[in-house]
Formats: sequence, structure tokens, C-alpha cells
Amino acid sequence: MAAVDLLEIITPGILASIQDAGRQGFGEIGVAPSGAADGYACRIGNLLVGNLENAAALEITLMGFQARFLTETVFAVTGADLQPSLNGRALPMWTALKAAPGDIVDLPSPVCGCRAYLAVGGGFHLPAVMGSRSTNIGAGFGGFEGRMLRAGDRLPGCRPAHYLSCAGRSIPDTLKALPVSEWVLRVIPGPQHEQFPAASRRQFYEAAYTVSGKSDRTGVRLEGPTIEKEAGAPDSILSEGILCGAIQIPGDGKPIILLNETVTGGYRKIAVVIAADLPLLGQLAPGDTVRFQETDLSSALDLLRRVEAAVDWVRGNFSD
Amino acid sequence: MPPMIRHLGDRGLLVELGRGIDPAVNRRVKQLHRIIARERPHGVVETVPAYASLLVVFDPLQASPEALKRQIIGLCDFEDAGPTEDRTVVEIPVVYGGEAGPDLDAVAAHHGLSREAVIGLHTGTVYRVYMIGFTPGFPYMGELPEALDTPRRDTPRTHIPKGSVAIAQRQTGIYPAVSPGGWQIIGRTPVALFDPRQETPSFLTMGDAVRFTPITAEEAAQWPL
Repeated sequence: MAAVDLLEIITPGILASIQDAGRQGFGEIGVAPSGAADGYACRIGNLLVGNLENAAALEITLMGFQARFLTETVFAVTGADLQPSLNGRALPMWTALKAAPGDIVDLPSPVCGCRAYLAVGGGFHLPAVMGSRSTNIGAGFGGFEGRMLRAGDRLPGCRPAHYLSCAGRSIPDTLKALPVSEWVLRVIPGPQHEQFPAASRRQFYEAAYTVSGKSDRTGVRLEGPTIEKEAGAPDSILSEGILCGAIQIPGDGKPIILLNETVTGGYRKIAVVIAADLPLLGQLAPGDTVRFQETDLSSALDLLRRVEAAVDWVRGNFSD
Repeated sequence: MPPMIRHLGDRGLLVELGRGIDPAVNRRVKQLHRIIARERPHGVVETVPAYASLLVVFDPLQASPEALKRQIIGLCDFEDAGPTEDRTVVEIPVVYGGEAGPDLDAVAAHHGLSREAVIGLHTGTVYRVYMIGFTPGFPYMGELPEALDTPRRDTPRTHIPKGSVAIAQRQTGIYPAVSPGGWQIIGRTPVALFDPRQETPSFLTMGDAVRFTPITAEEAAQWPL
């Protein structure tokens, strides 16, 4: 009775999938967290429509997404600006809006950023697998039938009528994480940074890298100056646990920033993006420019507290 | 021996308990993994065991890395459980060669061995599961007899069937689901290595002892017998 068909996918675009705050605690059996690549945008979207921040939302990549609402629903679009519209009229982002049955939401093409989030009041009514509704696309479980969405998929909602009163909510501009196209990511030197020659490390912090079109939900691949390892050192190291934000240098010397789909790896990590900047990784679009700036643990903690204070403000402002 | 602890950004500590692929080191990794799971230090989100290291993931809003480091060093002060710690041997049936193991002949030729000799060497050893990684449920097992030390394929395959049993250098592994990969495929098992809907999703866990047993394609088709 609780579940109703809420949204029908007309075109999924490059990649649309169900994601939430991710699947923690299964690294020992090789299961990565998955989850929204821009966790901040996903959390705020959920809070806007009256959900808990870890509810399941739709993650939409770059362009070509179109869907039809099947029931009266409150929804919010956050994250990348993909020029969202409702029935052809531009809609405000970071705002809870009401949709009627038959309304068509469009996210045609990017202005800035890479991934937008469509959160709906009540969330998507899908079974949690190993504690999460995130889609593990590589292993084929979680989310909607364990896969990326296709045209014709009908996503069930959960009591959307109970959330309609959230329509009209929005947040101050200062709390909107607006994507840019030139990024500075703050990093802590990685566990193997001293295994790179000083000249390579200097180059890593001085260079401007370009986000490659081969990037995906597993990692952001960068084009630019290659990072040389010490002469004669093997390409790989003994595999060890890794985290989202770890910057690996594989044999070809081109940095890869890992996202949330990998638990172990056998390449050296020159640096690791700080927790406060992890949501930005989900917005790095092909062609964007990336620079790295070294920081320390105490600054990283201050910056993370600022991000959490923003989420706290939204949570507090909308709690009944 | 005190562990070497390195920072993996602002929410990870990489605890190195030794070097290389060594059962004694890996046993210590498993022991520390268990101790942390039991003691649940404040702020720890999860731990990821690997060959010689344990990654401790924590919430920096809940725990300071310096305090956590000191706590971990304290927890590392334990007696080695010794080689008898986990000796229940898990038997994994394998169809060797043919369609199930397309690289068996190449591996045999590489070493100047017969197919039967390769199968005999692969089934004649009890392996340790050093870690689970790469994809959900993928066991990294070792050590393969030196006579089977084989390089990875020059060109990785893009589509390796589920259940494929493979070797690379001194390691052997099983692909739990269809995936790309560069290891040499010598056989296939009908055993399901990973099922997210089970209470215990992974058939194997780190530290398990594994022995392969040869079966025929007919037996595999009717598995479980």
C-alpha cells in the first residue's frame, strides 16, 4: 500500500542510478561503499524534500535525462547545473517544488558540474541490500535491480503525499555548492608520497591537470604532466586498503582520483583529498581543470566542521 | 615489533604489520582486524585487512587521528595466534581446462609441464586467503608452488566468466562475477563466491584455508551434487 509508482524514466542520459549515503562496513569482503559521488548535494536534496539525509535519490550524469512524474510529489534538484526544467520551464535548483502526475522533468545539458541529484519526498521505495539502497553497478546489486536506469523503468516512491507540505523550501545561496570548472582540491600527502622524487612531488602541486573523458564513477582520470616514480621502482606495490579521495599514480604516471567504488589497490598514493572536499570530486567534469593544494590535518578538520555546520543548519531549519 | 602507521588522508590510518606476502604477517593483520572489531575504538567506521596492512577508517569529527594511533599501537600488543589459528580447510571444486580454463594449455606450455601436472600442482597445495578485494568476494590466495609462477596475460580480458579460477605470479584467485581481468584462467568453479542477499555474502573470508579439487564438467552442471 505504501509503495506507488512515482517516476518513469523516459531517457536516462549517460548514466542515471539510485544512490544514497553508501554502504559502510563491508570492505573486508571487497564491497566498496558506492553512494552519491557528491554526498553534500545528495544530503541537502533529501533534507529539502523532508527526508532523512541518507535517503535514496537519483544521481544523473551530465546530460540527456528526462523523466515523467506519475504521482503528486515534492522534489528537489541539487548538484550540477544541467539546465533543469519542468514541462519546459526552467526550475530553480536547491529548492523543493511540487510536481503533478504527467509533469516532465528534463536535465538536458551541463552548464557546470557533472552530477545532479533528484530527491523526492519519501524517497524511492527500494529494498536495502547490505544496509544501503546505493547501486553497486560493477557487482550488480542494490538500487533499482542492481543496475543503471533504462528508459521505461518505473521507480516506486514511499508515501509521497505525506511530504507535499515541504514544497517551497529553499536554502540560502551561501549553502548551495555551486560547481565551477577550475578546481583546487586540498590534499594530505599520501602514504607513499616519499617514494616519489622531490621533482615529481613539486610537479604534482604546481601542475594544472585536465579531467579526462575516461573518468567514471570509479575514478577521476587526469591528463597533464606525468608523475615519475623513483628510477627502477616497480609500477605497483602490495595491495592495501584505499578510500575515496586517494590519488593513485599507476604505471603511466597519470594521476587517478579514486571515488567510492574500490576498497583495495596496488598503486602508490601520492596524496589524498580531504573529507571536506570529497563532494567536489563528484562534480569534476571532462575538460575541467584541477590543481592540488597541500594542507594539514588540523585545517582539514576545520574545513570538514564547516561543511557539517552547513548540513546542520539545513537540518535544523527544516526540522518540525 | 611496533606497527608502522601512515595517514591515508584525514579519515584513514594504514597500519603496516610487516612486509610482503607472509602468512605470519597476514595472521597478525587478521588478529588486529578482529581486536578492533571487538574493542570498537570510538570513531572507527570500519577496517579493511590486506596482505600486510590494516586500513582503519574513522570519522574525523568523532576521533582524533593522534589519539586513535596511540590506541591502535596499544591494541597491537597481542600474542601471535600461531599457525593453527584457522585451519578448517574449505574445499572448492574446479573444472580444469577446456572452455572452463582457456589458459591451462598456455600455462602448461610456459612451464614445460603436462596439463595433468599443472592441475596436480594447483590442487596439491592448501592456500591461505590473504585478503578479499578487487571485486566483492574476490579472494587473493597464495602461495602458488614456484613451478606455477606465471606472469599475467599481456592483454587483459574484458569479459571473464563468473567462477573463473585464475593464477598470476605466486597467487591464485576466483572471479566471483563477470569482470575484466589479466590473470591466467585455468578452470571454473560452480560455487557461488558472492551473494549480497545472504547473511554472509562472501563465501570466503580473509584467513580461510582453501584446497581445490578437480571435478568434471558434468559434475559442475549438477552442482551441488
